[in-house]
Amino acid sequence: MRSITIGESTFSCQPDETVLETLLRENIQVPNGCRQGLCQACLMRSIDNPPPVSAQVGLKDTLQKQNYFLACVCHPEQDMTVALPNQQGASIEAVVIKKQLLTPDIVQLVLEYQTEFNFFAGQFVNLKRPDGLIRSYSIANIPHHKKILEFHIRRLPNGQFSSWVYDELELGTQLTISEAQGSCHYLPGRAEQPLLLIGTGSGLAPLHGIIADALAQEHSGPIHLFHGSRDLNGLYFIDEMRELAEEFDNFYYTSCLSGEEIESDHVRGRAHDIALSSIETLSGWRVFLCGHPEMVNQTKRMAFMKGASMADIYVDAFHVAQEKK
Amino acid sequence: MSDSQETNSGQSLYEKLGGEAAVNAAVDIFYRKVLADHRINRFFDNSDMEKQAAKQKAFLTMAFGGPNNYNGQDMRNAHAHLVKMGLNASHFDAVMEHLGATLTELNVPAELIGQAAAIAESTRNDVLGK
Repeated sequence: MRSITIGESTFSCQPDETVLETLLRENIQVPNGCRQGLCQACLMRSIDNPPPVSAQVGLKDTLQKQNYFLACVCHPEQDMTVALPNQQGASIEAVVIKKQLLTPDIVQLVLEYQTEFNFFAGQFVNLKRPDGLIRSYSIANIPHHKKILEFHIRRLPNGQFSSWVYDELELGTQLTISEAQGSCHYLPGRAEQPLLLIGTGSGLAPLHGIIADALAQEHSGPIHLFHGSRDLNGLYFIDEMRELAEEFDNFYYTSCLSGEEIESDHVRGRAHDIALSSIETLSGWRVFLCGHPEMVNQTKRMAFMKGASMADIYVDAFHVAQEKK
Repeated sequence: MSDSQETNSGQSLYEKLGGEAAVNAAVDIFYRKVLADHRINRFFDNSDMEKQAAKQKAFLTMAFGGPNNYNGQDMRNAHAHLVKMGLNASHFDAVMEHLGATLTELNVPAELIGQAAAIAESTRNDVLGK
């Protein structure tokens, strides 16, 4: 008989029982719906071992890679330790080693950690400051032997965390970092597939990591980045991206400004409009969308209608935390 | 859970259509048609596209005669809020149209399209809360 461990508890999975059935029988609250592996309500993650492949059918490839599975169709092949998607795993400590303005509105923060930490470029973590306030930020770099994590943090009007980062956070300060989360990242395979990446403002952070990852893994298909903002305060890494386009024949960079100011150096218009109007069909493309939630949701639909498969669209919408007064 | 529907040749409709791979091929095409159709896309708006696609996949799996937990009461409950929004027979017809067009686009023989359409059609009263 296989055992299922969730949190502090371990249960026996009866023969013929699914993980969902075992947990519900033991009165563990697990969201569920169709119970036939379709609605994905009972999505869980295997912490120790890869889950049975048959329990991952229909999941996004990035979630499969992170050992997510559907509890309602999972007949364990070995003992499993599982967690619900919103259950936090172990966190680590990291120290601020660099803080630099990229534009008046966006600051680059680099943290160094000592322990083991696994992530995919493009995933996000929760940063927790010493008093407990938490915000999610995307990782902008690929895993590195130097054990660093880079973030691009946009200053929000009245943003408690971002204002603190700007005004008070000092080098040497220790922050707590959750495990990496999110399914918007690159996976090797299908190296010749064209990639379209659209980001607004600090939405460049995950895309920057994803591009570095794709290039490091020798992605051979064309990689098109469209980075946009209303004004110049949201555009950064312009020279770095231009240099990257010089260096790699298959990387193309377009910077876009949608505001009123006249700036000959950038394309005039909204990044997603310019991107979608420049490409005839997205059939066969892999698409990454990061930044403003409205842009992300609108473009997701447009990219799908333009031929991209739902399975090939990866998104990270930057929702602004609602301040609790 | 009902088993795949058997047909005369011993192979089920689901097998003849190509099973899960066929559903996967159909779901993007079908969902794109639904979203592009101004008669019905308001019923699919403001929804999580991934979840919506999973539901379309469940629907297509059932229409293809594949394994499903089809339950009339669940179907009624799931569509009750859409009936309140005005969902009626003309909208159901539009969805049926897209199901047929999707299968035609995938070069499915007319006879099998007819069988899939008949299965989908059998949910009409539950979907419309009749």
